[in-house]
Amino acid sequence: MTQAFRIENGGLINRDKKLSFKFNGKTYLGYEGDTLASALLANGVHLVGRSFKYHRPRGFFGAGVDEPYAVVQLFRNGETEPNIKATEQELFEGLEAKSVNCWPSVNFDVGAINNFLKIFLPAGFYYKTFMWPKSFWYRIYEPFIRKAAGLGVASTKHDKERYEHKYEYCDLLIAGSGPSGLAGAYAAAKNGAKVILAEDKPRFGGSLLTSDVNIGNQSGKDWAEGIIAELKTMPNVVVKNRSQIFGYYDHNMLVMSEKVSDHLPLTKKYHPNKRLWYIRAKEVLISSGSIERPIVFGNNDTPGVMLSSAAKEYLKVYGVLVGRKPLVFTNNDSGYETAIEFKKHGVDPVVLDSRKNPESEIIDEAKNLGINIKYSYVVVAAQGYKKVKSADIASISEDKKQLGKIENIQCDCICVSGFWTPTIHLASQSGNKTKFKEEIDAFIPGQSKQNEITLGAANGVFSLEETLKTSFTAGSELSKKITENDNKIAIPNVVEKKSSQHDKFWCVPLPKGKNYKRFLDFQNDVAVSDVEIALREGYRSIEHVKRYTTLGMATDQGKTSNLNGLQLVSEIENKVVPAVGHTTFRPPYTPVSIGAIVGREVGKHSKPTRKSPMHSWHEKNNAVFVDAGVWLRPRYYKRGNENLFEGSKREAKNVRTNVGVCDVTTLGKIDIKGPDAAELLNRVYTNAWLKLPVGKARYGVMLREDGIVMDDGTTTRISENHYHMTTTTAQAANVLSHLEYYLQLVWPELNVNVVSTTEQWAGAAIAGPKSRDLLQKLFPNSDVSNEGLPFMGYMEGDLFGVKARIYRISFSGELAYEVNVASDYGNFMWEKIIEVGEEFNIQPYGTEALSTLRIEMGHVAGSELDGRTIPYDNALEGLVSKKKDFIGKRSLQRSAFITEDRQRIVGVVPLDKQTSIPEGSHLVKNDKAPLPNPKLGHISASCWSVEYDNPFSLAILKDGKNMIGQKLFAMSPLKNKVIPVEIVSSHYVDPKGERVRS
Amino acid sequence: MLHINCPHCGMRSQNEFSYGGDASVKRPELNKEVSDQDWDNFVYNRKSLRGKHLELWQHISGCRQWIKVERDTATHEIFRTFKADEEVA
Repeated sequence: MTQAFRIENGGLINRDKKLSFKFNGKTYLGYEGDTLASALLANGVHLVGRSFKYHRPRGFFGAGVDEPYAVVQLFRNGETEPNIKATEQELFEGLEAKSVNCWPSVNFDVGAINNFLKIFLPAGFYYKTFMWPKSFWYRIYEPFIRKAAGLGVASTKHDKERYEHKYEYCDLLIAGSGPSGLAGAYAAAKNGAKVILAEDKPRFGGSLLTSDVNIGNQSGKDWAEGIIAELKTMPNVVVKNRSQIFGYYDHNMLVMSEKVSDHLPLTKKYHPNKRLWYIRAKEVLISSGSIERPIVFGNNDTPGVMLSSAAKEYLKVYGVLVGRKPLVFTNNDSGYETAIEFKKHGVDPVVLDSRKNPESEIIDEAKNLGINIKYSYVVVAAQGYKKVKSADIASISEDKKQLGKIENIQCDCICVSGFWTPTIHLASQSGNKTKFKEEIDAFIPGQSKQNEITLGAANGVFSLEETLKTSFTAGSELSKKITENDNKIAIPNVVEKKSSQHDKFWCVPLPKGKNYKRFLDFQNDVAVSDVEIALREGYRSIEHVKRYTTLGMATDQGKTSNLNGLQLVSEIENKVVPAVGHTTFRPPYTPVSIGAIVGREVGKHSKPTRKSPMHSWHEKNNAVFVDAGVWLRPRYYKRGNENLFEGSKREAKNVRTNVGVCDVTTLGKIDIKGPDAAELLNRVYTNAWLKLPVGKARYGVMLREDGIVMDDGTTTRISENHYHMTTTTAQAANVLSHLEYYLQLVWPELNVNVVSTTEQWAGAAIAGPKSRDLLQKLFPNSDVSNEGLPFMGYMEGDLFGVKARIYRISFSGELAYEVNVASDYGNFMWEKIIEVGEEFNIQPYGTEALSTLRIEMGHVAGSELDGRTIPYDNALEGLVSKKKDFIGKRSLQRSAFITEDRQRIVGVVPLDKQTSIPEGSHLVKNDKAPLPNPKLGHISASCWSVEYDNPFSLAILKDGKNMIGQKLFAMSPLKNKVIPVEIVSSHYVDPKGERVRS
Repeated sequence: MLHINCPHCGMRSQNEFSYGGDASVKRPELNKEVSDQDWDNFVYNRKSLRGKHLELWQHISGCRQWIKVERDTATHEIFRTFKADEEVA
């Protein structure tokens, strides 16, 4: 297909480079520098999608970020991305895109029947209709609405693209590279300030690219190019195109999404797809310009109806005529600028001006060119379904209430201008309280809350001369404060045409007997009648009207609809617009890819992976790993075809009969030093610590102030004022913070230092009846006999030349030791233990066997210390000192904590001695009781006891102390299991603890 | 994201800190009788203030010091920051 609507010359596209692309399966040609929108328009394609609710045909309405309709699904490099604005997507060779929200095709859409059923789909339709009957919601209504709603489909595949995050600091951040942004950037840069200038479009210059002005004896466009070229050479300036600042957050933190690769067929090697910038700016200059406002009339959503500024941009930037018989409908002088451009390119427009007899230089120019102008005339309705074919027009009375006789004129596009709306989204997000500016019928930023200033059109100033003057001055002043330089800049002289006053007219009345849809919000299909219904039904707050009707919601955030919606509410309510107020502008200003927000933190990078120094040994020996917090730990060491159950059983059994070794490097370790160290421990732990001798370890439990168990572990007195504390793997960081809190804030008089040494020590637990024999061979020069190193004893040893710490502590309940060496020697230690242990049939064991061993011994761990239990619940009340005070002690007197039938840890064995009880099962008295069956307790941990060769579980059970011997049922509705069980002591194996002392 | 002036390290982003609650809460002294009401107030009862609030933060990915921050809970404005042992005038 030829580009029939492309003019011979002109525009900023590269005509030497043709690009082919596909839209809805059909191949077209465009040029380098086109957007998907401009290339489609060059080919005469106006129908790009179907509307959200009524599935009405939709075309292009804008030429950039303000586009409410032309949202397409993009296919690039084997990936698909929804929610792409055709007006922002740059063309590349081989681009493929499809319409969204239509089925089976954009030309024939079944959902369009909604348009004829529109009487059934007014505001609040979903809220009212799909409420009843309730049971229909999940099965019928929700799937139906899901299918009908949405703008595109998210990919379900893994995203191959890479996204980056960048943190940046600057003196002055400038949002938008129009005249205001360029002037501000230039002045600040000349003062040596660190400047970042961000432009969302590929081309810098903003309105200067399309307006007919002169700055310093050059065209506006040439002046902009000159400034940008100079800024790019300055080392203190970062100039970024394709970069949208979409959010203004606390303390002058702004976030910008830079499209690095979207305009290319393939992302370059080592390049990200997008880069998210977190920018902390000392000062912010918002020069985001303004967006043209539509005028509301009948069928104003028909493809071919668009903003007059968009038509001008397609012509001046892309060399594309949006029509050959244009009708321009305006209430101000901007429409004339578009008409003049058409005329200059040999196309005869008709201008309808709602004003009676406006006079200005621009209008004179249009008259002199012989353009057909009709004053006090309006478009009543567009005619045509998939494209504008004609327009019903009429004269309008001075009070804008009476329409004259309706005439029909042929046209193929309607270019609308209802004056300009400053883009105040960023200013509003910053906390700025906006104010209404009567002369322009729009809100502008008011009092700044953060260090920001809004200038130019975004501040409601439409004169170029004034914009440049204020922006140069602001750039100088803001930078002077920071850099203390004061380089004067000569403000260039400006030649621009003066405009006449616009008409405060925004909505064409309905002619008698006609029921045209007059849309306010084009993206969300909100018409004048919808807002009228909402108000009739009693919605008053503009925020409520927004939610009830969806006006100004979703990705569009009311860019083109906001003010007209407010006008309507204020008219019906008989209030002035500022009294109605506007809804909150929320970030992001434009849709941002989830990938860009996530950045590199995907897959294994979503959290750090910590590995012990012995990790590679585990890998080489077929360890199957499990995530333990951020650590990777061996779950079991697979032999042959063993599964987890078989492997862990073998390993646990070997600990009970021979000796096993387990990597315990992951345990939290905290080094505690100082003359008051014992006093700190005495306050932190529930038991007594003041009399622990040097060379001894002690088990301790620490509480939170609310009496709940926080963590447990052993602490060893290494020397007079030096202790080594261990914590559970999961709580390591919290315990350190906890200690620091008390030392720094509560008891600063204690002379103690704490520091994490988790990474400094590699640990190996050696457990089993033969562990002492092995230890003796590892440390031939140390006396590790029961007398030399008794239970809870500590000594230092020499492990083949490496200094080691030996603790006689046990988690498995067997005779056991923990050996620590400096991390760098971890692997050496491990290999020596395995090598020397061979004659004792040593086997490494993983976390699964470790769990089995501790469960059948009744030792508590994370599943019992679950943030809901106190020491009594875990049968740890013997460790709670009655004499001294400690953190959380007072809370243990709470009435709920001293009830007679308080929950408590018990053991649970299935009556058939066969069926494993799923963790999380509920314990109930009667398995046939009606639901909800009263719950007496829950299974916290389950294992296969290797000692007795049957299943065994731990449970937290109400009145557990008196329940031993009772028969209950363990019910797991999730696994559909009901298991008759007997309650036994939690100390299933070696209840007297003889083995650890042997 | 807040920008917090750590009295030990200087201006740092919020993601280096962790929040620690109301800084005006004082732990009852050890080994002293505490009424149920006083203990409840210490452990549980907090005012959810709108406006100026003195709160604790720990510079967890920095110097690990607990600091006091005077912040407006409605506007997020930070007025002053203090070292743990500094008196708040």
